Amino acid sequence: MTVQPDEVVVTVTVNGETVRHLVDPRTTAADFLRDGLELTGTHLGCEHGVCGACTVLLDGRSVRSCILYAPQLDGCEVTTVEGLSPVPGELHPIQEAFRECHGLQCGFCTPGFLLTVHEFLSETKGADEDEIREAISGNLCRCTGYQGIVAAVQRADETWQR
Amino acid sequence: MKPAPFGYLAPRSVDETLELMASHGDDAKVIAGGQSLGPLLNLRLATPAMVIDLNRILELAGISAHDGDGLTIGAMTRQHDAETSPAVAAACPLLAEALPYVAHRTIRNRGTIGGSLAHSDPAAELPAVVTAVRAEMVIRSRSGERTIPAEEFFLGYFTAALEPDELLVAVRVPAVPARTTSAWQEFATRSGDYAIVGVAAVIGLDGAGVVDRASIVCSGIADVPRQLSTAQSALVGQEPTSAVIAAAVAAQHTDPPADLVGSSSYRRHLVGVLAQRALEAATERQEGNDDRPTG
Ligand SMILES: Cc1cc2nc3c(=O)[nH]c(=O)nc-3n(C[C@H](O)[C@H](O)[C@H](O)COP(=O)(O)OP(=O)(O)OC[C@H]3O[C@@H](n4cnc5c(N)ncnc54)[C@H](O)[C@@H]3O)c2cc1C
Ligand code: FES
Ligand code: FES
Repeated sequence: MTVQPDEVVVTVTVNGETVRHLVDPRTTAADFLRDGLELTGTHLGCEHGVCGACTVLLDGRSVRSCILYAPQLDGCEVTTVEGLSPVPGELHPIQEAFRECHGLQCGFCTPGFLLTVHEFLSETKGADEDEIREAISGNLCRCTGYQGIVAAVQRADETWQR
Repeated sequence: MKPAPFGYLAPRSVDETLELMASHGDDAKVIAGGQSLGPLLNLRLATPAMVIDLNRILELAGISAHDGDGLTIGAMTRQHDAETSPAVAAACPLLAEALPYVAHRTIRNRGTIGGSLAHSDPAAELPAVVTAVRAEMVIRSRSGERTIPAEEFFLGYFTAALEPDELLVAVRVPAVPARTTSAWQEFATRSGDYAIVGVAAVIGLDGAGVVDRASIVCSGIADVPRQLSTAQSALVGQEPTSAVIAAAVAAQHTDPPADLVGSSSYRRHLVGVLAQRALEAATERQEGNDDRPTG
């Protein structure tokens, strides 16, 4: 691989698979995932940290991938919505719950919600509605009015064996 | 949306970073959590030629407690890690109380203590908190280290007392004196938004239950964290009853700026309400605490 002076090498493990890429440093992690790795499940809304659509897990923690840059991923592990379910082709219990409880309409915001909720439920059991609303307060949805999403989080809290 | 092109360097040590900062000067920006700089880069409001990433410098992250003598918090300590740290809860409860109001969990996973302070946004929680607890900023450049009180660190809107070659390496929080308690109050239109006004209150009582120290510091009403010095002086020497607090707060003149989320008079109203609540909450925490420094 020939590295141009304005490029940086990134070695990153995404959904369990390690890849090596040359990137322009100003490439956002979101664009790298979408355009470089063709993982278009990560969505971009505001592109400046406000809406939560681009949320992914970086070394197990939720982060905004639109205000993170591709070189910063070097040596890290990333989980996107494509890697959420442990069984390829099946839905994760959180995804099942969103489907059952009308936690989505157009689905644009959903990948960001799923990863945010994944982190929240990994750490919490039996949260009440206020705690759930606080946990998802950094993610915006223009369709559902949030009731379905809150119900989905409550359902996943019960169904997800963890 | 794409930032303007920039070069990228990821030093592993503070010394290496200071060399890079000295050689790139004004052309470079350090990136900590990127939760404020990232939006500025994406919107091309910041167009540095070089971005120096602090995220690989392990020595900059972490919290050390000094055996009843306060805390040192490394600049790259993530806001979420400080929020959940038992050492912070014990030695700087005001910081622990205010941190959950900083943005959202996902932002705090990445955002750092040092980044929020260096960014010097007068609407932010942490600058008001470190001013109220009289913390010190530890600053390094190639030519050495200096320490300045928080009060002198915030110079104006988005302007901290940092030269282009200087790195904020840590914030030092003094031990909470005996019979000293604190509280944070803020009002924001939505959870996680910047507050329209926030108030940090610290109250110290002497053995007779009379105020011997009061710090009241507001976010959102000036270009820097603003101390309510008239109200502070009015409280000292008094028993902090609700009426005394109300009189002290009423004596304070403020002249907040207006913007889309709040007029000047609305902000002034919020200062009164929130300062009263914060001071009463801090006073209530004194009860049953007698000599125990619970902060
Ligand atoms: C949606 C959203 C909501 C938010 N809401 C709030 C809120 O309610 N309250 C609040 O306080 N903040 C809020 N923030 C900002 C957030 O807290 C940031 O984390 C913080 O302001 C900056 O910290 P950072 O580590 O991300 O710094 P960065 O964004 O990386 O850096 C900010 C600035 O400080 C400089 N800098 C960083 N570290 C150092 C250092 N060690 N030495 C010298 N210079 C340094 C950088 O060069 C840059 O100019 C919000 C952000 C977002 C995206
Ligand atoms: S696209 Fe990243 S937060 Fe909106
Ligand atoms: S489902 Fe359409 S934005 Fe949330």
